[in-house]
Amino acid sequence: MFASKRLGKELQKLHDHVPPGIKLIKADDFQEWLMDIQVIDANPLYQGETYRLKFMFSGNYPIEAPEVVFVKDDAHPIPWHPHVYSNGIICLDLLDRQGWSPVHNVESVCVSLQSMLTSNTKKERPPGDDNFVRYNTQRPRDINFVFHDNQV
Amino acid sequence: MLPLFHPLMQRLDSDFDIDQDDVGFESQDKDIIPAKHAYEVDFTVYSPEEIQGHQDKQIAEVSNILGQPPEATAILLRHARWNKERLIDQYMEKTDEVLERAGLGDTADAHPPRLERIPGFVCDICCEDDADLDTFAMICGHRFCVDCYKQYLQTKIKNEGEAARIRCPGDGCNRIVDSKSLDLLVSANLKDRYQELLTRTYVDDKDHLRWCPAPNCVYAVDCRIKDKDLMRIVPTVHCECSHFFCFGCSLNDHQPAPCSLVKKWLKKCEDDSETANWISANTKECPKCHSTIEKNGGCNHMTCRKCRNEFCWMCMGVWSEHGTSWYNCNRFEEKSGHEARDAQARSRQSLERYLHYYNRYANHEQSAKLDKDIFLKTEKKMTQLQNTTGMSWIEVQFLDSASQALQQCRQTLKWTYAFAYYLARNNLTEIFEDNQKDLEMAVENLSEMFEKPIDQLQGLKVEMMDKTAYCTKRRIILLDDTAQNLKEGKSLVRSLVLVTCTNQPLGQWKFNVTLP
Repeated sequence: MFASKRLGKELQKLHDHVPPGIKLIKADDFQEWLMDIQVIDANPLYQGETYRLKFMFSGNYPIEAPEVVFVKDDAHPIPWHPHVYSNGIICLDLLDRQGWSPVHNVESVCVSLQSMLTSNTKKERPPGDDNFVRYNTQRPRDINFVFHDNQV
Repeated sequence: MLPLFHPLMQRLDSDFDIDQDDVGFESQDKDIIPAKHAYEVDFTVYSPEEIQGHQDKQIAEVSNILGQPPEATAILLRHARWNKERLIDQYMEKTDEVLERAGLGDTADAHPPRLERIPGFVCDICCEDDADLDTFAMICGHRFCVDCYKQYLQTKIKNEGEAARIRCPGDGCNRIVDSKSLDLLVSANLKDRYQELLTRTYVDDKDHLRWCPAPNCVYAVDCRIKDKDLMRIVPTVHCECSHFFCFGCSLNDHQPAPCSLVKKWLKKCEDDSETANWISANTKECPKCHSTIEKNGGCNHMTCRKCRNEFCWMCMGVWSEHGTSWYNCNRFEEKSGHEARDAQARSRQSLERYLHYYNRYANHEQSAKLDKDIFLKTEKKMTQLQNTTGMSWIEVQFLDSASQALQQCRQTLKWTYAFAYYLARNNLTEIFEDNQKDLEMAVENLSEMFEKPIDQLQGLKVEMMDKTAYCTKRRIILLDDTAQNLKEGKSLVRSLVLVTCTNQPLGQWKFNVTLP
């Protein structure tokens, strides 16, 4: 109830207007949405690529943060970034309990991720990516990330 | 008679004519306070009400000094993690900054929290814009509709267990929701939970307070043992709920082993380090490609499946060096083979050593469980004894105390083996092992008597009581002796500095491991 009312309004707004480089792909229900983002600035790391984001909402959204991951398919790679694991899991304080504010929404998350990529210059994965990708069985929202990097 | 030097006593002496008998205060004191053993620590158990009382008292005290209302003081104290002195210092120095950081910036005075209807308001959370929407904002001005605010607080309190540091829902706003605002917004049952969580943070924030880890236990224990002393003291405390636990690490009582050793031991028992030892004790590596090989038959001429290297299983030397002495390794002195055998012998010995201690450790753990089963049967025996022999309830209590002593002694014995595993060999260790042996024998003797049929139990009463007392005594001796040696000796700093040295002193004890 809580989530659907808000998501309905967000959807309406997204249909009216989306910021450049962001596209609504699928929003058939109020549980899972797909969004595409592109980096508009001329960052050679992300030139010409489109990334697909999967949003998962709990019934308590937007009080609780949505779970947001990059998904990989033939047309959509996982972007290089020191905070993005190769399985698409994103380590960003905005998406964590501590950093999330109910004032955020799907659009603002997309914009934040866009700018996170824009400012990045390192073609890197987070340290320990191999192990994390192989052994992690937790859902993104249950992982306790330690945020120590305020640079990117 | 000892002379009295106490000034008060001297004055009393001159004021009143105290007769000789009354001067013997000291010996009386000794009678009242039982001598403390080296392994015992001072602690106090507090009920939830007492903890609340402590908080209220400190809030009132600091509130007076700072001239802030109790609600604000409570927030300040929680923000400063109940470090009263630091809070007061900082507050006196830079009041505004302290208030700002605790989310109390600017006017913490006037404006009691209240609901408002604002024309043209749109809630940023639910996007509602009805004209009759009740809204709420703290002094920071981040205004949301009451329903969203409530939902937000409810989620924080109920699902995330937050209390003392719930922030305003606004993005990046650090203002903490104060208890007056909270009172206005949340339902009564949630308020109880909130209070409970607040009390929890008090105990969590205080270094010298710890919750009893027993299920459903509501007590907290106060013990003034510093973290750095945990190397030398094993602070076992006894909760009101009868649970014994270590104040240092909240695990079950693990005397005589210090927390750091316990952690190391448990990790060792869990991880694969001994699997690795089994592998190196029972297999060999191809000298060339290092594939692991277990030989299950056949002759000594090995050809590695992987790299086709040919070598001798006995001496691990290259097979071609064997010349014509096929199938018969007599090349004991070969250097290459010698080293391989040495390494294997070391692994084997290390594994055996570990298993020696582990088996005994595990055995006592297991036996303690079995003893517990026996105790349940004993309870039945106690009723039976009362019925068949006409003994009274008080007369069969010896079984109960015997069983409890057994449990406690096994717990101690169990940890003596983990402790001993890490001990380097010296005289102290030998004395320790003697103590351990004495306690073990006493325990096994007592344990054996439990298995006797009921009709014999009555006749064994005196003997059993003796043995129970003996077990308890042996346990005290062992713990006292170990704790004494742990406390004494060089300062703790030495063992911390010598982290790279393998033989580390902990008090008088020398260990063969590196401790953190």
